[in-house]
This record gives sequence, structure tokens and C-alpha cells, in this order.
Amino acid sequence: MSDAHHHTAPVSPVERRVEALKDLLTERGLVPEGYIEEVTRRYESEIGPLNGAKVVARAWIDPAYRQRLLQDGTAGIGELGFGGAEGHHLVVVENTDAVHNVIVCTLCSCYPWPVLGLPPSWYKDPPYRARMVREPRVVLSEMGCDLPASTEVRVWDSSAEVRYLVLPQRPAGTDGLSEAELAALVTRDSMIGVATL
Amino acid sequence: MDGIHDLGGMQGFGPVAHSTGEPVFHERWEAEARALLELVASAVGATGGEFRHAIERMEPGHYLTSGYYEHWLTAAATLAVEHGLVTRNELSSLAGGPFPLSGPVLAASVTESAPDRTEPAYAVGDRVRVRDWHPPGHTRCPRYVRGHVGVVVRLDGAYSVPDIEAHGPARRREPTYSVRFDAVELWQDGQDGVTVHVDLWESYLEPA
Repeated sequence: MSDAHHHTAPVSPVERRVEALKDLLTERGLVPEGYIEEVTRRYESEIGPLNGAKVVARAWIDPAYRQRLLQDGTAGIGELGFGGAEGHHLVVVENTDAVHNVIVCTLCSCYPWPVLGLPPSWYKDPPYRARMVREPRVVLSEMGCDLPASTEVRVWDSSAEVRYLVLPQRPAGTDGLSEAELAALVTRDSMIGVATL
Repeated sequence: MDGIHDLGGMQGFGPVAHSTGEPVFHERWEAEARALLELVASAVGATGGEFRHAIERMEPGHYLTSGYYEHWLTAAATLAVEHGLVTRNELSSLAGGPFPLSGPVLAASVTESAPDRTEPAYAVGDRVRVRDWHPPGHTRCPRYVRGHVGVVVRLDGAYSVPDIEAHGPARRREPTYSVRFDAVELWQDGQDGVTVHVDLWESYLEPA
């Protein structure tokens, strides 16, 4: 693997910098064989919004589970087997006809990894972080999430140890669907709170 | 520190470059940068606070014109140099050009541990004011709520104070709270029917 890698000349300045740091740390014995490949694989395939969608679908079909989930997000999400890094203290906030929730991290990019995976670029970039706490109705509308003026908007800035997950409203006309079919309807954006379903 | 990372409420940015689907890593170097920071942080025993502060100390122009994983790379290289794993010269000579690192730590090192404080001073429903202060080091108290009054909506238990753990071996745990602010209280142009909830350590707060 590393041989093939070294035959490909890095092109951009940032790639050359990554390569420089990697080579120096490898020379000092600080990069275990296969480590980079293993963590990459884990982030690409083991965590992601499919986990969060399962949590949401379960909450939609099981009122007792929904209650437990809203009471204690970490334990409720743990019931489905999800947890770990950036998920040690999870809080689930529920959308209703009267209230719409949306999550942001103004200071960096805190995000509930075990249920949503790693955050998308736009969540980490300055416009979203700067604007969502100041003009959320405008930002939501620009992102295609139009809410009635009467809907209260609650913005949650993940500035300490809690990571948030939005429980979106179940779409109308989905009564006959199975749990798996419901989970397939749940988008990442609806669990961040920048979309409704 | 009042760094560029503390973006909440800053104006002048354009639309969110939203996309509904994108790969976890756009290019291989992003995954490598992420892994390298994890390795460096573990090798030097950096806390979450020290790691975040290494990004916060980036030169503002560089921060705004580089993406998330370039921030991670810069933090990894900065911590590696500061803890003596590599030198600045080695980095720039191997990279074949400038290797921008984060600026120096401005806060004094904290060595004396204070006793943990786990009994919460505030309860749900209490009105609190965020201290209006400008610490030179790492803090998780966003600028946009300093000096403002909010209401405690949730108690989240005691956690290590990032302002302390980022700057040396000392540690102290303190209760954390979710505090609700009305947008009209935070911003003169605050939108109606909007509340912003910010999670804050107890020492960031005073009774209101």
C-alpha cells in the first residue's frame, strides 16, 4: 500500500504538507501500519445517517421508545446499539406542529457522529455557523425549509459536551409503512433540522 | 481567545453551500489529515481543549480560506512542533514550501488543580447572565452570548472545564447547563419566535 502511494506524486500544496507530516511521524514510529486505512474505513462505512434514521423510525412506531428517547437520548440511542465518540451525551429534540429544532456548532463542528456520521462540509463552513444563530428563518428558507411564521424556531448550539439529534415529524400518509420503509424516508438534513419530511 | 473560529452571529457571509450528498472524504489527504491529528493528539496527550485551541489559534485569513481538514492538518503540525515531535524546518523543507502553523498560545499555563465542583449552583428556570469577559486562552463560551441574560433549561452534569484543560496538566470538573436566550435579547435584529440554546460551564455564568 505505502509503495503504491509513494509512486503517486502529491500535487497540491496541502497534499505536500500532509505528506511531509505523515513521513516525519512515520519515521518517528508514530504511525502504526494500516492505521490511516483503518480509521478511514471506519468513518466511511460504520457510522452515518442511516443509524439516526433507524432511531427516528423506531420513535415513530413505538411511543414508549419515543418517550424513553426524549427522556434520555444517550440511553435511547444506545438501545439500538449506537454510541461512542461524540455520542457520550446525546439529547434528542422533537419537532412538532408548533416547534422546529435545528442544530449548529458555532465554535467548531460538533455533531452526533454515532447517529449522523461525520458532518457535511456546509455544516463546518463559516456561513452556516455564523448565520444560523442570528437569522435561522432566513437560512432555513434559503436551504428550502420554509416554516410558517407561527412556528417557534429553537436553535441548539453544541458548545459543550452534549450532541443533539432532531426528531423530525413523521410525514403524512405513511401509516402502512414498515419500520425499515420509514427509516428510508428519513434524511440526514431532517435530523440536523435544516429540512422537514 | 477572541479568535476567528468564534463565528456565531458574524455578518457578511453568503448563502450556505448546501448539498444533500457528498463523500465522507473528498480526497484521500483529508482522511490522512484527520488520522494524523488523532495520532499526534494521542502521542502528546492533548485534551479536546488543547486540540481545539490549536485550530482556534490559526491566522484568521488562513482559517477562513481553508477547509475543515486543512484546519486539522494545521493543528496536527502545530501540536507536533510545540511538543517536540518534529521541527518547523523539517516540515517546510519536506513540504517544499511554506507550512503555515497556528499562532502562539496567549494564555498562561494552568498547573494548579482546583477541587471539582459537581453540585449545581443553578436550577432549571433560573435566570443567568453570561460573564462578559475576554479570556486570552481556550474557552467554549461563545462571544455572542457574553453579557446576555438567558434561562437555564437543562442540567447536563459535571465535565472538565475546557478553559483549564487546554492549558496544562490541571483539571477541574464543573456543572454544565443548557441556557435559552431569546433571539431578540441577543440581537437587535433578532427574529421573532426564535430561541437560541447554548451549552455553558458554570463558571461562565453569574446570577441575573
